[in-house]
Amino acid sequence: MNNEELKARLGELLPAAVFEEGAEWVTMVIDPAAWKEFARQIRRDPGLEADYLFCVTCVDWKTHLTMVYHLTSTVHRHTLVVKAKLDRNDPEIVTVSDIWRTAEFHEREAYDLFGVKFKDHPDLRRLFMTDDWKGWPLRKDYEDSVNMIKL
Amino acid sequence: MIEEIAISENGEMVVNLGPQHPSTHGVLHLVITLQGETIKKVEPHLGYIHRSIEKMCESLSYRQFIYVTSRMDYLSSHINNHGCALCVEKGMQIEVPPRAKVIRVLMDELTRLASHQLWWGAMAMDVGALTPFFYAFREREAINDIMEETCGARLTMNYMVPGGVMADLHPNFQKKVKAFISLFRSKIDEYDELVTGNIIFKSRMQGVGYLSREDAISYGCTGPTARASGLRCDMRKLAPYEVYGELQFEEPIATEGDCFARYRVRMQEMRQSLSIIEQLIDNIPEGEFQAKTKAVLKLPKGEFYSRVETARGEFGVYIVSEGGTTPYRIKFRSPGFSNLSALDHMARGHKIGDLVAIMGTLDLVIPDIDR
Amino acid sequence: MFSIENITHSIDAWLNSTFSPGLALLLESLLVGLCVIGLFTVLGLVLVLMERKVSAYMQIRMGPNRVGPGGVLQTVADTLKLAMKEGLTPDGADKFLFNLAPYLVIVVAMMILAPIAFAKGVQLWDLNIGVLYVSAVSSLSVIGILMAGWASNNKYSLLGAMRSGAQIVSYELSAGISIISIVVLTGSLRVSDIIASQQDGWWLFKGHIPAVLSFVIFIIAVTAETNRAPFDLAEAESELTAGFHTEYSGMKFALFFLAEYVNIFIVCAIAATLFLGGWMPLHIGHWSGFNHVMDYIPSSLWFMGKTFFLIFVIMWFRWTFPRLRIDQLLRLEWKYLLPISMFNLLLTALIAVKGWYF
Repeated sequence: MNNEELKARLGELLPAAVFEEGAEWVTMVIDPAAWKEFARQIRRDPGLEADYLFCVTCVDWKTHLTMVYHLTSTVHRHTLVVKAKLDRNDPEIVTVSDIWRTAEFHEREAYDLFGVKFKDHPDLRRLFMTDDWKGWPLRKDYEDSVNMIKL
Repeated sequence: MIEEIAISENGEMVVNLGPQHPSTHGVLHLVITLQGETIKKVEPHLGYIHRSIEKMCESLSYRQFIYVTSRMDYLSSHINNHGCALCVEKGMQIEVPPRAKVIRVLMDELTRLASHQLWWGAMAMDVGALTPFFYAFREREAINDIMEETCGARLTMNYMVPGGVMADLHPNFQKKVKAFISLFRSKIDEYDELVTGNIIFKSRMQGVGYLSREDAISYGCTGPTARASGLRCDMRKLAPYEVYGELQFEEPIATEGDCFARYRVRMQEMRQSLSIIEQLIDNIPEGEFQAKTKAVLKLPKGEFYSRVETARGEFGVYIVSEGGTTPYRIKFRSPGFSNLSALDHMARGHKIGDLVAIMGTLDLVIPDIDR
Repeated sequence: MFSIENITHSIDAWLNSTFSPGLALLLESLLVGLCVIGLFTVLGLVLVLMERKVSAYMQIRMGPNRVGPGGVLQTVADTLKLAMKEGLTPDGADKFLFNLAPYLVIVVAMMILAPIAFAKGVQLWDLNIGVLYVSAVSSLSVIGILMAGWASNNKYSLLGAMRSGAQIVSYELSAGISIISIVVLTGSLRVSDIIASQQDGWWLFKGHIPAVLSFVIFIIAVTAETNRAPFDLAEAESELTAGFHTEYSGMKFALFFLAEYVNIFIVCAIAATLFLGGWMPLHIGHWSGFNHVMDYIPSSLWFMGKTFFLIFVIMWFRWTFPRLRIDQLLRLEWKYLLPISMFNLLLTALIAVKGWYF
């Protein structure tokens, strides 16, 4: 499917989604509460079949956090990007590790570096930092007088 | 290296493998739950070489951050740099001159060959054949010498810049690469004779570590690991960049999904890389090796994603830019990260000796995973 | 022509003429004991260096070449280092067994040297059941290995020792049956008889197909018995345990190390004796001219040449093949080597009875 068709189909599945313009791939912003159901739909829908989740990112936009999911389909070979805005003080979103097994590690990384809590994740622990690390290193307001050098 | 933690009531033992290894995989700490000799669960503990590269890059300029990625997957350092340069070029709409494109592809393929050779030597050593390691390094030396002449370094070659390459090819480059091609052609057959056809080797590798196609997709596996399970995922074919669209090469696919299939796919990839180099070495166009760009680069506001095919799989660079001279957020999608998540699934029910074979064929480079 | 026989005869004659027979025998035994220990040491030195050099050249590098001219004194340096290392005994280890195990392995290795004929007339003890003696005594080394694993008080040493033990005991069967096939052809267990029967040609050539089969099976079996690659799972570095000698350090480790290399020498010497004629030069049937020329080369040289050639082959295996897993190893023996060697024994018996050999 090319981008217009994708947009049309995705708009059908989730009318509340907002599409961003000017990006290489179809980028949509959704409500975090609707993520699980939407994820199931785009995985199963025969026209979309987004079965390959290849990148899970979190971006800290000082007022809120955004989760970015990059998905592609190995059947139709199209790519789409799904974003969800999260509240900075209590970032929570449902896990998709039961739909795409790769999300298990990626979500642990997002938890470790940004503090995003994933509901129903089978094993939400820190991945890179030591288990007793305080703070969320990749956030913009992270202070560490020992390890960070402020220029 | 091995240390027993406890024995639980149902006879399960928890054993540590690593982080220091005799083999050259890097600092990977595996906590293995064993029932007798059979593996029940493998849990990787990461972070021993986490250098917070992504945070570092937020304070580096667009010209500087490229070279940090050489230190991530140090065996495919050129290809990592290439991915970063492509992302910056995408954002700034820089047009790369044809000569630079061809040079970049040549360097990429030579790096892929060098990486696969090290993988072959290290994997044979893991399984017990100690001699192939030396043969692999002998050929790798030839590639390192070529790299040293042109790029100035043997392992982390900071050669790619947004817009092209840093310096022109050394006058000896063509001659040396041609000599290398003819040398390597015969050596690859030697490798096959020594290791691939060996019956002991086959019995260690066949039927071990099965990964089905659905699982490979679900776990996000990429590169030769996924190709051996029947998934077409070569970025050079799916989203051709530079001159890959005009070259004739195949994407080796296997369907068995076991260790031997992954091994065969990589051996085939070496041959394909060699043929790509052959197609290009006589047809390097004249011209500039670098596009004219400003000294200080500023990406426009927006998000940019570029994908390249490293020796391990798909490497993604995701830049979120706010219009400044440094990126707002960079995410590196490393191939080893997803491949490692499938290790637990592949290793269950096998013996410890098989775990070593599976890890060998996954071709993990831990700095790539930890970033 | 030169022969050690002359030296041994002259020493024997002098001792008997100077001292009483009892004292002469005692002095001879002492002398022989010293020779054996000396042989052990020299063999250990030479074989370790040979292994390192052979492996180096196969891996396109040079190997030891600094200590002494061309690296020949490397093993001397290594032995000195090992002798000066601290010999640790682990905390809960069974002290008596822990200390006894390396000595047991060494003593067994020395005892097997008795019936081996190094040259014409140079044989410590030509007993009438020489081959059976060798086969039986070599089985005792398993006790030493199990002792070492048990006494170390280390779960992984014990596991490694059990694996080694299982491996050795299994492969002894095939090795034994291969030995028996040559005994059937010769008709005697006495080592000197076996060598004498190869006067007109070595059994490897005379016994054609069954002897070649026996030889191949024997070489595979003894590689497994001495825990050499590709059967060295119990001591592999990139696997879990370092085997039964994990906890040993210093001189005791040196003894295990030495015993392993001397074991290789011994099994190659047995193979050379049974299949390649021991000290018997290469004779072809009744070509007296050719045989006479071959006789000019001293018999000790023949023996050493054959043995070291076989040692080279076994070392070649180590650096060529990957390792077998323990279940593949045992499967190889019980499902393939044992039935083939039993069938081969029947075949050998058939050709021995019918006289269908050269």
